[in-house]
Amino acid sequence: MANISKRNRKLEKENYEAQKNRREIIAAQLSRREMMKMGLLTSAGLLVATKGLSARARNSAGHFISGGGGGGVLPNTPPSPPTSAFTQAFTRFTVKQPVAALNPAPTIAPNNAAGEGRTISHQAFTQFPPQKFYEITQAQGSINVHPDLPLQPMWCFDGQVPGPLYIARYGEPILIRNHNNLPANNGGFGKNQVTTHLHNGHTPSESDGFPCYFWNSGQFYDQHYPNVLAGVNSTHIAQGGDINEAMSTLWYHDHMLDFTSQNVYKGLMGMYNLYNDFDTGDETTGFHLPSFGDGVSDDSNFDVNMVFSDIVFDQHTGLQVMDTFNFDGVLGDKFLVNGKIDPVMHVHPRRYRFRWLDTGPSRFYQFFLTDLTNLNAHNYFYQISVDGNLMPNPVKVESVRLGVAERADVIIDFSQYAGKTLYIENRLEQTDGRGPTGNVLGPNQGHKTLKIIVDLPPIADNSVDPATNPHFYDLPEKTAPPRIIRNFNFERNNGMWAINGKFMDCDEARVQVTLNSIEQWNINNNSGGWQHPVHIHFEEFQFLQINGQTPTNNPLVQVGRRDVIRLEHNMQAKCRWRFRDFIGKYPMHCHNVVHEDHAMMLVWEIMPPGVPGNNTTNP
Amino acid sequence: MKDLNRRTMIGLLGAVPLVGGLLTSVSAQGTEGTSSKFLATGKSSRELIAERSFPNVVLTTHEGKKVKFYDDLIKNKIVVFNFMYANCEGVCPGITMNMGRVKKLLGPRVGRDIFMYSITLKPEHDTPKVLAEYARMHHAGPNWTFLTGKPEDIELLRQKQGFTNPDPVLDADKSQHIGMLRFGNEPMQWWAGCPGLARPEFIVKEIGLVLGNNPWPHDGAKSTKGGVR
Repeated sequence: MANISKRNRKLEKENYEAQKNRREIIAAQLSRREMMKMGLLTSAGLLVATKGLSARARNSAGHFISGGGGGGVLPNTPPSPPTSAFTQAFTRFTVKQPVAALNPAPTIAPNNAAGEGRTISHQAFTQFPPQKFYEITQAQGSINVHPDLPLQPMWCFDGQVPGPLYIARYGEPILIRNHNNLPANNGGFGKNQVTTHLHNGHTPSESDGFPCYFWNSGQFYDQHYPNVLAGVNSTHIAQGGDINEAMSTLWYHDHMLDFTSQNVYKGLMGMYNLYNDFDTGDETTGFHLPSFGDGVSDDSNFDVNMVFSDIVFDQHTGLQVMDTFNFDGVLGDKFLVNGKIDPVMHVHPRRYRFRWLDTGPSRFYQFFLTDLTNLNAHNYFYQISVDGNLMPNPVKVESVRLGVAERADVIIDFSQYAGKTLYIENRLEQTDGRGPTGNVLGPNQGHKTLKIIVDLPPIADNSVDPATNPHFYDLPEKTAPPRIIRNFNFERNNGMWAINGKFMDCDEARVQVTLNSIEQWNINNNSGGWQHPVHIHFEEFQFLQINGQTPTNNPLVQVGRRDVIRLEHNMQAKCRWRFRDFIGKYPMHCHNVVHEDHAMMLVWEIMPPGVPGNNTTNP
Repeated sequence: MKDLNRRTMIGLLGAVPLVGGLLTSVSAQGTEGTSSKFLATGKSSRELIAERSFPNVVLTTHEGKKVKFYDDLIKNKIVVFNFMYANCEGVCPGITMNMGRVKKLLGPRVGRDIFMYSITLKPEHDTPKVLAEYARMHHAGPNWTFLTGKPEDIELLRQKQGFTNPDPVLDADKSQHIGMLRFGNEPMQWWAGCPGLARPEFIVKEIGLVLGNNPWPHDGAKSTKGGVR
């Protein structure tokens, strides 16, 4: 009986929803053509079955889709419903598997006839023909973030949040066919037009995920990642690129113009590890960094990717919400590691490499290792990368600070903690979109983000002990004179986010750099109120000076190759760049993605030498 | 109990009807998914957005007409709006001029399927008459509505729409008011914003993102006709 009445109620509800959708469409005065464009109407003139304009519809799995307003610890933001802490398991990424072939086969020119959204030909396809092919789909899924919350209608790569992990190798070019099957109905936030950025691949512009090169739902886009070292076509042709520019930990995320914050928050991000003959993923070879193994099992995978994000859930519906009416930055009050709220990880008493990433949208972190039984202890570990680029040597640290999009690889030796429980604790106070207050909280005063129990049995450890000061890559030289020095001020004028007083414009490349040239960019924040994690695509830079001082690694690591400048209050950072090997358009932007979406971004372009218009002025 | 899904629970309980509260301790994991404590809300994301961000306050147009903010100005519409005041000597004149150019570029769609509003931040001073004069001075023309209202209603609107500064001193200084434009498609729940001083041709393209098509700049195989270029 109960089941029958349940079914009747369901039918009744569906009828009601269909009527409501029709009424709303009529009221919205949408033309048939507009509805088709919005994906609400099939070509036969039928309303798309499961979802209408009203978000009180269901997805295919039968779960309610809704959302709306909110923002967590900010104004206009009721807090998330309670969830029990440390009751669910930490999960590793799924490793993305290649396919034997793509159909239709990839083409250098855009295959628009087959539904490709690309408009620019691949510039390096012939030189670096792809050796592996992948196919990935962006669509709405049902994601379990916590047992106390309903399944979430998040936007996914291959049905997962975070999306799968690519295991790539230098010298092995790949091509990814990236399908957009996202729905028009967003449940409150998100835009079903996308452009996937591989942060911070040395990638030709047309495959980089440039914010203005987006594609529509129903289209695909072939992204060609040559997986080459910077210098491959310029300064280090004979060596196949500069080994000292090797990168290790990259991530991918949506970069849709004006909608990046919504789409990434909604789930469109994942990671990408890049190995070579030194950073091999096998602790018995190369630099002897902890093994990646099979990538999934506790007894084999000691090279573990971790993405940190913060989200708000509606207190009534239990579903993810986003305050899209916020220009400052959005903070969540639930903290997720690899898409799970407050998970627990079990580890062996041995060394692990953790690859940490802050996916934002607007929060900064400073992670410490906390032992609740000994709060006075200084629990040191080793940072081996900045922004995913191995430093010359490991640096012993007590904490790592990350702005949005920053990555850090760390080595933690759990052999000294056998039988104990530790927490990765964020102790950096932040109360709004302006950035952290500057207050670093005491032990156990912050938010314990990941619980780590060292209770798995002892197991072999062939990885290098970072305390022996192993050497990785040298830093590339930074003494040759730059062709030009440019100044960029990240500003807020009447609440309008600007770079040098101007705003994002897809149609204007404000900076033109000459292919294979060196430039110095001074990135400045003249505000004591706001912080901006500034990201420049394509090549890594090094700090020449920060606030007039040579960068140091004490107390926080500053030396190394970076692609994000965590531009703190009143900071002036002098950065040195090369722009090598490929041509085309790239952005520079604030990676507080709410600022980015509100125009704190500019387009710069690598031009072939000798092309008129290569500007040498300050933009 | 933690790992039981609802279907398993029903089996265990002998097909007891789903009474609210009975299953609140049951995990959401598994095929059924939704915890019962979240089932009975009855509000769509669209309704929640309206509740949280579009207070349905009564405003007065520069033509003296009373309108409800959500019901009459936002609901079922594609809109572009900002906050300003008539005697603003800072960013307002430039932004208003820019919006005029945006309106011109959007052409006959304004008033038909795109609606433009400017809401005063100084309702005490900006009576309908003052706003009408401001609109005339800026050659706003038809289908661009300037709005005033009760100060507390305008303030609520400003707060809910996020046109605020987290620094209370700056927030109280009207000359520092937020110069962004809000644009969006209410039924589709596509909301974005851009600086009011951005290049009008580019603002028009950004508005194009919420019209439900993608006419630019990356026309692909399925590029749509009739959009804003």
